[in-house]
Amino acid sequence: MGEHPVVSKTGGALSAEDIAANFDDLHPPLNAEQVSVEASRCLFCHDAPCVTACPTSIDIPKFIRQIATGNLTGSARTILSANIMGGTCARACPTEILCEQKCVLNTGEDNPIEIGALQRHAVDHLMAKNHLHPFARANKSGKTIAIIGAGPAGLACAHALAIKGHTVKIFEARKKPGGLNEYGLAAYKMANDFAAREVEFILGVGGIEIEYDQALGHDIRLEDLRLDFDAVFLGIGLGQPRTLGIEGENLDGVQDALQFIEKIRQADDLMQVETGQNVVVIGGGNTAIDAAIQAKRLGAGHVSLVYRRGRAQMGATQWEQDLAAINGVSIHLWSKPIRIEGKGKGKGKVQSITFESTRLHAGKLVGTGQMHTAPADCVLKAVGQNLVDDTLCALKRDGGKLMVDEAGQTSLPGVFAGGDCIASGEDLTVQAVEDGKVAAAGIHTYLGGQNG
Amino acid sequence: MVKWLPLAFTPILGDKMADLGCSIAGIESINPFWLASAPPTDKQYNVERAFAAGWGGVVWKTLGEDPPVVNVSSRYGVHKDTARGILGINNIELISDRPLDLNLREIEAVRKNYPDRIIIGSMMAPVEEELWKSLAIKIAGSGVHGIELNLGCPHGMCERGMGSAIGQVPQMVEDTTRWVREVVGDLPVFTKLTPNTTDILLPAEAALAGGADAVALINTVNSIIGVDLDQMAPTPVLDGKGTHGGYCGSAVKPIALHMVAEIARNGVTKDLDISAIGGITTWRDAAEFIALGANALQVCTAAMLYGFRIIEDLNDGLSDFMDAKGYKSIEDFRGRAIPNTVNWNDLNMNYDLKAKIDQDKCIECGRCHIACEDTSHQAITMQANEKGGRDFTVVDAECVGCNLCQHVCPVPDCITMMPQENGLPYLTWPEHPKNVLKAVE
Repeated sequence: MGEHPVVSKTGGALSAEDIAANFDDLHPPLNAEQVSVEASRCLFCHDAPCVTACPTSIDIPKFIRQIATGNLTGSARTILSANIMGGTCARACPTEILCEQKCVLNTGEDNPIEIGALQRHAVDHLMAKNHLHPFARANKSGKTIAIIGAGPAGLACAHALAIKGHTVKIFEARKKPGGLNEYGLAAYKMANDFAAREVEFILGVGGIEIEYDQALGHDIRLEDLRLDFDAVFLGIGLGQPRTLGIEGENLDGVQDALQFIEKIRQADDLMQVETGQNVVVIGGGNTAIDAAIQAKRLGAGHVSLVYRRGRAQMGATQWEQDLAAINGVSIHLWSKPIRIEGKGKGKGKVQSITFESTRLHAGKLVGTGQMHTAPADCVLKAVGQNLVDDTLCALKRDGGKLMVDEAGQTSLPGVFAGGDCIASGEDLTVQAVEDGKVAAAGIHTYLGGQNG
Repeated sequence: MVKWLPLAFTPILGDKMADLGCSIAGIESINPFWLASAPPTDKQYNVERAFAAGWGGVVWKTLGEDPPVVNVSSRYGVHKDTARGILGINNIELISDRPLDLNLREIEAVRKNYPDRIIIGSMMAPVEEELWKSLAIKIAGSGVHGIELNLGCPHGMCERGMGSAIGQVPQMVEDTTRWVREVVGDLPVFTKLTPNTTDILLPAEAALAGGADAVALINTVNSIIGVDLDQMAPTPVLDGKGTHGGYCGSAVKPIALHMVAEIARNGVTKDLDISAIGGITTWRDAAEFIALGANALQVCTAAMLYGFRIIEDLNDGLSDFMDAKGYKSIEDFRGRAIPNTVNWNDLNMNYDLKAKIDQDKCIECGRCHIACEDTSHQAITMQANEKGGRDFTVVDAECVGCNLCQHVCPVPDCITMMPQENGLPYLTWPEHPKNVLKAVE
């Protein structure tokens, strides 16, 4: 579809075709000519800054050179050997703050290499070929590992362990694998069911089994898994959306942005996903942006994104903010929600939301006392998530997340963790993949294997 | 209603001082740019389009005696860089496949329609005096300004004893040149040389001995342009088979420059006029050939890749260059680089260059470092700096001034080769103290 949405040409509602177009690829794949021109721009830097900027350290100059020489399968192997979710990362990574930000051509030509788009070209080529999985498994080790959560961290960990010859069983609380790739990323970043296709590709290595509807603390217990398996990896994400802690939060029409995105991602018919005439998204991260843009692309009337601080403090990248603007989302800054009003007293359907203006005073955010009320029939909360608290009391924490050592091991021997539930880098797929990789190496060592 | 007219800027002709007219073998041309004997000059239609575009002359596609040759389907292969640039074309096309008389009538017609443009008739025949003479007389009769002997085609025709089969044997070069010389009266004779030989001076001297007014070089370089790895055959592939062909285009320019220079600075051949050919694509290429002694130039591949319109910038760029340098005519700078084209033994061993990196322009790609570190003299260090970037620094003591870093650097003028003031005199290898042969003396 592209960065510009299809908008109503008549002032009426968007048609099913319009909406379908709005949820097609945000960035259509490059064609052969674009790939050739773009790949040939790459300078093949020595000790390239783009590689350092990638949490999974993909050898970017090498894979781009392999594209330029026509070795697409080799290029994909280079990418996937460092990041088995290279396909998702090519689509969803905020490359503008990672590899592409560090590209030396920002200085040289004011225009970096489109690394993400090239990466997608190579990985899509390999996945479309539908040939044998590119990596072979070592001889069976006889060791078994339980992985909790079939999100990016768990899948990356599982894949790396399977290659080492171990047998992996993934316990997934939900009915589908993929974690936030499946449920939480904007639909136009993961068009054509890519998350599911990628999981299928990853499982193609063999030695990985997934059991669904297995929630930690309900269907399975960490203590049991520690007894039944040689090691355990926790890739459970966060899972507990933060609340605003204000009046009216439970009104009809108020929901978590992730819940809203999930409805879009899982919808059979996008026309059935409800938005509103006045949508207010609260938060300043990429999830807030994803929710706001998707609401707009579904045909919502006015979509406002309200953040309690300024642009400089927003978690969403500049590029994401610009994309929101292109899509007709208005961004309001320095406003914190005070209460949400419904029709009738604290009940029924949301009707408006009241904000207090804020400012920084001696480094602290304070309210100014000035109030303003905006009409709202749909409020989407995107103020972050917390670690689900009740199941892992035995594990030490680090700032609300699980504490792990350099090998990804928690305070319990043989229990490793990665992804959003640990305090590593940003809460990004690419970081989760790296965490899974690191923990897989840690587990392999823990089980007496040699890495390298 | 006010109608807005598009703004057009007419060049102020007074600004253009340089005269692009040139003279070769006694022929005066409005500019030095002729199209070489090749597909673009195969017939009246193409040649008139070229003249309308501004080309000074053409060498008509090589003529042979009837019956005409038959060409094959699929005739070109190309050598590309990793983007979409074509570095060179390889062709397996033969000479004109149209009847001789048709070609001659068309030459007559174009001569009438474009009286101020030059047409040279290119010809080839088996090594038989009568065949060369009778064909040369017929072509001369069409009103051409000169005859060019095609002694260079390295494919097809050579298998029939023509083209490079003649050009590679100096005695045959001399004989064929003389045969033509003897029957065309005052008409200038150009002998076109093949580069597929070990020493270009041998055929050049033979051409001179045979009475050539000028040599034209280079013809195409014998080559296999590539292999189709699916069909396992050289490209272009014709029904599963391929053959070697003639390589041309910007990739062969360095070979042509060298051969032109050798003829221009050789005592015996230095007064031979030279029609330079070989990858001329830009005005800068043209100026370089003229600086090495070329009297006029022939272009083919660049026109085949971009069309005849490239003549506009060839003329304009050359003219601006001449104005900038104060050259009023081609003769003003023709051959100016010849005295500076010397043998290795005449170079100054005491000259000392060091690379200097402009840190403000550096984009930190590391290309200079790795080129030097892996393949040269370990003279550029890489160190992390406080800003989170890397600093690249030349170690003067290790730098031999090889220029590799400057060439691989993607940023214009970022790396400069700085001559070092060492106060030492010009010293050649024959005079050098480390020269063992010198020591023996």
